[in-house]
Amino acid sequence: MTPAPRPDERSEAEPPDVPGFRTWRDVYLFVFGWFVLVVILLTVFTGIFS
Amino acid sequence: MNVADWVVLLGTIVGIAAYGSWRTRQVRSLNTYLRGNAATGWGTIGLSVMATQASAITFLSIPGQGFESGIGFVQNYFGLPLALIIVCAVFLPMYRRLNVYTAYEFLGQRFDKKTRLLGAGLFLLQRGLAAGVTIYAPAIIISTVLGWPLEFVIVFTGLLVIVYTVTGGSEAVALTHKWQMAVISAGMLTAMVVLLLRLPDGLGFTGAAHVAGALGKLQAVDFSLDPSRRYTVWTGVFGGLFLSLSYFGTDQSQVQRYIGGASLREGRLGLMFNAVLKIPMQFVILLLGALLFVFYQFAPHPVFFNQAEWRRHAQDGRFRAIEAQHASAVAQSESAIRLWLQARASDDAAREASARVAMVAASHRTREIRAEAKAVLVAADPRAKTTDSDYVFITFILTQLPHGAVGLLVAVMFAAALSSKASELAALGTTTTIDFWRHFRPLAAGDEARNMRAARRFTALWGVFAVAFALFAGFAENLIEAINILGSIFYGVLLGLFVVAFFLRRVGGSAVFFAAVTAQTLVIVMYFSLDIGYLWYNLIGCAACIAFSVALQAVLPPRARIDEGRAG
Repeated sequence: MTPAPRPDERSEAEPPDVPGFRTWRDVYLFVFGWFVLVVILLTVFTGIFS
Repeated sequence: MNVADWVVLLGTIVGIAAYGSWRTRQVRSLNTYLRGNAATGWGTIGLSVMATQASAITFLSIPGQGFESGIGFVQNYFGLPLALIIVCAVFLPMYRRLNVYTAYEFLGQRFDKKTRLLGAGLFLLQRGLAAGVTIYAPAIIISTVLGWPLEFVIVFTGLLVIVYTVTGGSEAVALTHKWQMAVISAGMLTAMVVLLLRLPDGLGFTGAAHVAGALGKLQAVDFSLDPSRRYTVWTGVFGGLFLSLSYFGTDQSQVQRYIGGASLREGRLGLMFNAVLKIPMQFVILLLGALLFVFYQFAPHPVFFNQAEWRRHAQDGRFRAIEAQHASAVAQSESAIRLWLQARASDDAAREASARVAMVAASHRTREIRAEAKAVLVAADPRAKTTDSDYVFITFILTQLPHGAVGLLVAVMFAAALSSKASELAALGTTTTIDFWRHFRPLAAGDEARNMRAARRFTALWGVFAVAFALFAGFAENLIEAINILGSIFYGVLLGLFVVAFFLRRVGGSAVFFAAVTAQTLVIVMYFSLDIGYLWYNLIGCAACIAFSVALQAVLPPRARIDEGRAG
């Protein structure tokens, strides 16, 4: 009853269809950059209030 | 709670459960029951992933963590965005390409049946045990502060979630998650606004943040390399990465949330939604706890927040003396804080420094009295519950929020309990059906109606088991840590199985199976014999499984000879 594999599943090369991002790699880089920014902001926050 | 609170509470919680059951009562397809609606978009997937992770413990214990220990716990989530990127790039495309119902089916296709059963078994063991905790944790706190019978809260929560999860399966879970997250967001926003409005005149958010920071509650990041420190940037990034990778990549309660949906894109965007929002969300909840600490520097509060436990034992003069000392220390602390704020505004550095020393000393004295209170409690009854941080936020809700908002916030706790519980039950039922029941009844695999009946029965059975476990088991006091520790013991090895499957193509089923069993034994022995931060067990379990797999494969016959024809 487990369905057959999906041979037509959209591939890695398929664009994410998100404005400003051409590839999934761009999306991942954005998320990673956001994470780094959040850590920096938390470090600054710690510095200001501790 | 008055009538308005009851209307809000029952209207939201029972209303959402009834809506979920009614909307999905016609589900007849196994695919929809196990993976949700095939047209599900990224927003629903993202909220469902978030609601699954955000249990009631998140909203009860984490503000308490912020109150007691500050916001450093946020570092625990630093590995999460990185893990979600890996899940999006590696795990999710493979699950969708193979069109599996469970993550462990992938292990069967990559290795063999015994490795699939081992992976599914580790998941059922870990998640099945945690299922009791996730229903018990909010129930014990809510029943204590509201004075409701614990058994009633457990059974009410359990029955509600069983009804809609068994009725509509994964589709009902995703549908109710959206509305439960709406209730949770509205409730937490209300609590934060009320808290800021209740701060003393002229203090405001910035002043409160300075007080919290000066009293050591706002150290969000700690770059220390000391391995005995529980929360640092490094435990968060590395230990948290492995914990999150295991949880999001290999735990069926999460995998089931994103493998369905309209396309690979929707699943990926749903996960990226969480990668972006999770750390800020946890930061805000912890900050709420730190601001509660400041609020209670200016407001009368009990020496011990679990008042039911305190009153049960506070029979003699020692307790009255502690209460009087605490009231006096709180007044002195408030006075010292006000002096520090004045000194700070005066731009006199020397005055500010000495006022800060006095303020920290006064706060320290209050902390010492709270510790003494716990010691007196234990002296009165060695089995007394001495952790009261889980009761801080709920005490604030019940004593400071207006009616209607109290009902909303209690609804937040129930919504969070139901949302995580529903995902767990759906995942436990699905794994039991697909990886075990069908394994031992291969002839039934083609009968969709029979599969549906089995999935419903196993989901209901796990629900009943969780309720029974919550009713009859005793649990550790710090429940959020209890769940994380349990997860860390099993998740590392489970992740190791998947890392070998994805990245070490030469390793076969027998090597990885015996390596995983050995690694799991090693982790359990280490947990009972060493004193290290529990997040490291994720890394140790995973690394041990990988290393043992490679070593065993080197001495075993080549993979093709022993594993050929075993794929299941």
